[in-house]
Amino acid sequence: MASKSVPQSLVPFADAPINQSLTAADKIDLLRQMVRIRRFEQVSLKHYHLGSIGGFLHLYIGQESVAVGSISLLGENDHIITAYRDHGHALSVGMNMNECMAELFGKATGCSKGKGGSMHYFAPDKNYWGGHGIVAGQTPLGAGLAFAIKYKGLKGCCLCYLGDGAVNQGAFHEALNLASLWSLPVVYIIENNGYSMGTSQARSSAFPKEGLAARAEGYNMDWDVIDGVSLYEIRAGVQKAVERAHEQCRPTLLEIDTYRHKGHSVADANAEKYRTKEEIQEYMNKHDPIEFWKSTLIDEGVLSEDDYKAIHKEAGAEADAAAEFAIKSPFPDESEIFDDVYWEVDNNTEAGRSGRHFFHG
Amino acid sequence: MPREITYREALREGLDEELARDENVVIIGEEVAEYNGAYKVTEGLWKKWGDKRIIDAPISEAGFIGIGIGASMLGVRPVMELMFYSFAYVAFDQMMNNAATCRYMSGGLINVPIVVRGPANGGTNVGATHSHTPENIFANMPGLKVVTPSDAHDAKGLIKSAIRDNDPVYFMESTVLYGLTGSVPSNDELEEGELIVPIGKAKVKREGADLTLIAHGRAVVTCLAAAETLADKHNIHAEVLDLRSIRPLDEEAIMASVRKTHRAICVEENKPFCGVGAQISSMIMEQAFDDLDAPVLRITSADAPAFYSPPIEKLQLPDPDEIVARALTIC
Repeated sequence: MASKSVPQSLVPFADAPINQSLTAADKIDLLRQMVRIRRFEQVSLKHYHLGSIGGFLHLYIGQESVAVGSISLLGENDHIITAYRDHGHALSVGMNMNECMAELFGKATGCSKGKGGSMHYFAPDKNYWGGHGIVAGQTPLGAGLAFAIKYKGLKGCCLCYLGDGAVNQGAFHEALNLASLWSLPVVYIIENNGYSMGTSQARSSAFPKEGLAARAEGYNMDWDVIDGVSLYEIRAGVQKAVERAHEQCRPTLLEIDTYRHKGHSVADANAEKYRTKEEIQEYMNKHDPIEFWKSTLIDEGVLSEDDYKAIHKEAGAEADAAAEFAIKSPFPDESEIFDDVYWEVDNNTEAGRSGRHFFHG
Repeated sequence: MPREITYREALREGLDEELARDENVVIIGEEVAEYNGAYKVTEGLWKKWGDKRIIDAPISEAGFIGIGIGASMLGVRPVMELMFYSFAYVAFDQMMNNAATCRYMSGGLINVPIVVRGPANGGTNVGATHSHTPENIFANMPGLKVVTPSDAHDAKGLIKSAIRDNDPVYFMESTVLYGLTGSVPSNDELEEGELIVPIGKAKVKREGADLTLIAHGRAVVTCLAAAETLADKHNIHAEVLDLRSIRPLDEEAIMASVRKTHRAICVEENKPFCGVGAQISSMIMEQAFDDLDAPVLRITSADAPAFYSPPIEKLQLPDPDEIVARALTIC
């Protein structure tokens, strides 16, 4: 871990070209993005406990560096898709807090008009294809997005995120095989927070000593393991995979080691039973990516404590305002129930008018 | 003399024309390219269109169907072949969750213009695992369309509509029908220049005034044979209505025929429990109760897994004799 006494030159991966190109403003912006995610989620947690948010709420607190660091590398032909712990990725691609918060509240102003909820955020205009609720269900879709990028002759890639709990699903292995066999520009990122819900990695996965990502060897795919506490390391590691996708049209399997401070979801009553309090405290105190980046930037002389406080305060105010927006927004109208089921019906095409599409009542 | 081609050739023509019309159409499936198709539907297409457009997939349905769904979200128009529709079950999460619900859960920001096609029939002595008829299962899911052509004409016209449709279309064929010939006009015989059959419109295959036989897929052929016997031997004139698609469903055509004949039998090769006929008979009861002169009957496959032994499996599926016998109980 870096501390304030560690000179910048000793922070690993700071010297990588992709990181050398960052300006002071860029670095502060990355910090701001991570803080915005955390404050958004802290505020959403408060409103979940107040009963304003239904269903599940899978918080990303502790993992913010993964989405922010990797998405900071992407260009116009790069796409992303993830699982249900999707708020961080959404804010990282530029979705605003209002639409994201309103979706949690089930409001008509939500990013999915209240139809998707926490696990199902989408923003195709920002190359963000969800937000998927079934563990590993998104992994073939990620390969499919990469297939389309390649088919259209574009220089781009798809970052497809999954949790360490997804690595034992058949769909994921099928996706890995096809991604390598068909040479698709997809980068699979295992966000390894150590637990598939309440089951530790050791109790759920058989894997080589090098890590989960080493399973890629079986698919003739490049792989790497990255320490997720450091934005520098994430950016340097993911950049290599993005370059491989762009230049060689080859997939990569990355494992980014991270930690969720909260339970699997807010409904996870055992979050402090399958993990010790000491373990959680250790990660919060010594491996928090926001604290790490903050101290790195202070060491580099590009950030002051006061700057950080201002960013923190501003993000909190933005999140509170988003909650206000969500509270004041209307619920969807009942008439919305049958919209967005069929494209042809929504667009009132001849196909949409032929035959009965709905069978209730 | 109208042109006669097989159901298989008609499908191939439809696929070929769509490959030519839209460069985003791509065919993916097991053995579709170099092997020329397990059932030869895609024969010659790889040679004509090459590796980019006709792609052999490994035996990995969840993987390649999922890839098709993802690619379709970005504008590719994948036509996925399942060697047997029974294999849809290993891709069920992709077909049921991802293809059907992404549009809804994104509030309409996404659509999934994918076609998943392949034979969905029993009756070929391949045992229970390869004999599933899942049209009712997929039609249960809002967001999906289920299309079931019964002859060569519709096979061509409907596959072209399915590929152009902007929603997921699950296109269920029959290995028993692949070799049957039917009249399919060539494009230069058509005023529009091509054959398109809209999804959601049923077709009266035989007119009659005494009874309506409502069917889809191969059961339409069975019904036509039964109608012939009913007319010849019993002076009962059955109308045969081919649904052509299960979802959307041509409710108007069903009710119009039942109001004319006052009797209906739903015939399908599907299993009875919550089968297509269960839905339709309920609708008839609700909407045309006063027009009925007899209870609506249902004829399905036997309510057991497909029997391997050829003479016994034959007994599991609806046949013309059974339809005639049941018709005589209500006419």
